[in-house]
Amino acid sequence: MGEKKNRWIWLAIGAFLLLIYPFILTLPFPNHLMIMIFLYASMGLAWNMIGGYAGQISLGHAVYFGAGAYTSTLMLMKLGVTPWIGMIVGGFISIGLAFIIGYPCFKLAGHYFAIATIAIGEIVQQWMLNWDWAGAAVGLTLPILPESFLNLEFHTSKMPYYYIAFGIFTLTILATYGIDRSKLGYYFKAIKGDLEGARSLGINVGRYKFYALALSAFFTSICGSFYAQYVLFIDPDSVFPLMLSIIVCLVATLGGVGTVWGPVIGAFILIPISEFTRIQFGGGGKGTDLIIYGFLIMVISIYQPFGVIGITKRFKKKESE
Amino acid sequence: MYNSEIILQTVISGLLMGCIYALVAVGLCLIWGLMEIVNFAHGEMLMLGMYTSFWMFTLYHIDPMLSLPLCLVILFLIGVGTYFIIIKKILKAPFLAQILATFGLGIFLRYLAQFLWTPNFRMIKNPALAGRITLGGIFIGVPELTASIITILSFLLLYWFINKTEIGTALLATSEDREAASLMGINSDKMFALGWGIGAACLGVAGALMSNFYYIFPEVGFPFALIAYVAVALGGFGSIPGSFVAGIIIGLVEFLAGLFIAPSLKYTFVFIIYLLVVFIRPQGLWGRY
Repeated sequence: MGEKKNRWIWLAIGAFLLLIYPFILTLPFPNHLMIMIFLYASMGLAWNMIGGYAGQISLGHAVYFGAGAYTSTLMLMKLGVTPWIGMIVGGFISIGLAFIIGYPCFKLAGHYFAIATIAIGEIVQQWMLNWDWAGAAVGLTLPILPESFLNLEFHTSKMPYYYIAFGIFTLTILATYGIDRSKLGYYFKAIKGDLEGARSLGINVGRYKFYALALSAFFTSICGSFYAQYVLFIDPDSVFPLMLSIIVCLVATLGGVGTVWGPVIGAFILIPISEFTRIQFGGGGKGTDLIIYGFLIMVISIYQPFGVIGITKRFKKKESE
Repeated sequence: MYNSEIILQTVISGLLMGCIYALVAVGLCLIWGLMEIVNFAHGEMLMLGMYTSFWMFTLYHIDPMLSLPLCLVILFLIGVGTYFIIIKKILKAPFLAQILATFGLGIFLRYLAQFLWTPNFRMIKNPALAGRITLGGIFIGVPELTASIITILSFLLLYWFINKTEIGTALLATSEDREAASLMGINSDKMFALGWGIGAACLGVAGALMSNFYYIFPEVGFPFALIAYVAVALGGFGSIPGSFVAGIIIGLVEFLAGLFIAPSLKYTFVFIIYLLVVFIRPQGLWGRY
């Protein structure tokens, strides 16, 4: 009981620190860093719903991210609709995409599923590169609108973006927490642990895999819409790349898949490393940050295949012994 | 709009490119069939093969056709090294860690190459093999033709090695039943290392051949690796003749789709083949499973 109380206290302290953070560190970079951490943590959490809980390794999550980014942007540019509505519509379009992609792909297992998601990601990126109405390879530059919450554009300070990103992050973590504690989470874990066993217990495997992917796609898509409003420029190479799908998967894996806090830990470790290396070595197209990334991915998957959470669990076991 | 000459020209170009795809795919196929691990750094190993050939030419003026055996040996060593440094440690790791380990290696190699050798597109100027021959109005590039002939020879050699020699049979036995093979006194560790060595050596050959007529840059390998995954799925898990036929089919589809539909969407059709194959006939054309 005492441990549970402690956890709530730590959570409250953490939330409080994150809420006052932009008042203490007011420079653009620390705010940008935290926005990126929130964004990737949310995407890692979203990926974790299908990849971690339900055990279906998707390497094509950029499709949903890009769908969110393009839907809200195109609705804003062509119809003049506020990005908030575009964000929700994008989320539902991504759920539709999840159905179209998931329905055939869920019949595949292991490598075949993973490679199918890569192939779909590549097909979508190529189509977007050739789709003139949606800007094709040139991309879309968002119109500069007056600063307001409704327009979801802020030019003088990053602080509003910070709180919106924090909001998205909070929403995603609450959803993950809900899944983790509900029947849905147990069904997902059953599918991951023993597909045939889950089926024989009467779980409709296809339906629950789709639920996991739909939830995952929805939250990933919201991140995409937010990203478009934050950067104010999107093109197929920035919102549909395979690298994005890999990084999202990595964030979850680094922290620990199938846990609530794993992807959050992953994002808090990985994103600062990548942002700092980009500042230190970046520019000139040398890609030094990506060398370090690749190296980290290798080392982590060789020596810590269960993620950082795996380390803490190991310590806990030793204590209880 | 399309006369028979253009179509024939496209078919021949597709066949020639298909041979290269097949050679890239067979290395992947061998490893996949042997130990059910997909090498996601496959494209980057091909890139290293191409750069090896490029630097031998630029620094020491050794023609790609002469440095081919060297590329083969270097890539063989890279493959064996990859097995002992990375793959051996993740044999029993979760599936996700297995995927990410080779993905990480791929990203590392690609951007290391970019860091060391810049992202510029390079080309070997004036290799010994150049020019083209004309056969009844059809142009055939000499380097491409040579590449496909050597590819076919490599396939025959590989097929002979796997099926007729003692080591090859041991390799085959390990891929069919690891436990039973080790009971027969076959050291599966050595066999896996050999499999990775041969798998990468195929890329050394492919890289040297391609450096005669293809641009060389750090990201060159990735599309080839994607095509190789498609070819392995199409040809069937672990089947050497399967990957040859699949490579040819993919080459034809790519070039014909480029001619009849749109050049910028040609890979889309290749990926659609993959999806159709895994949905309709998941075991591939020659699959054992």
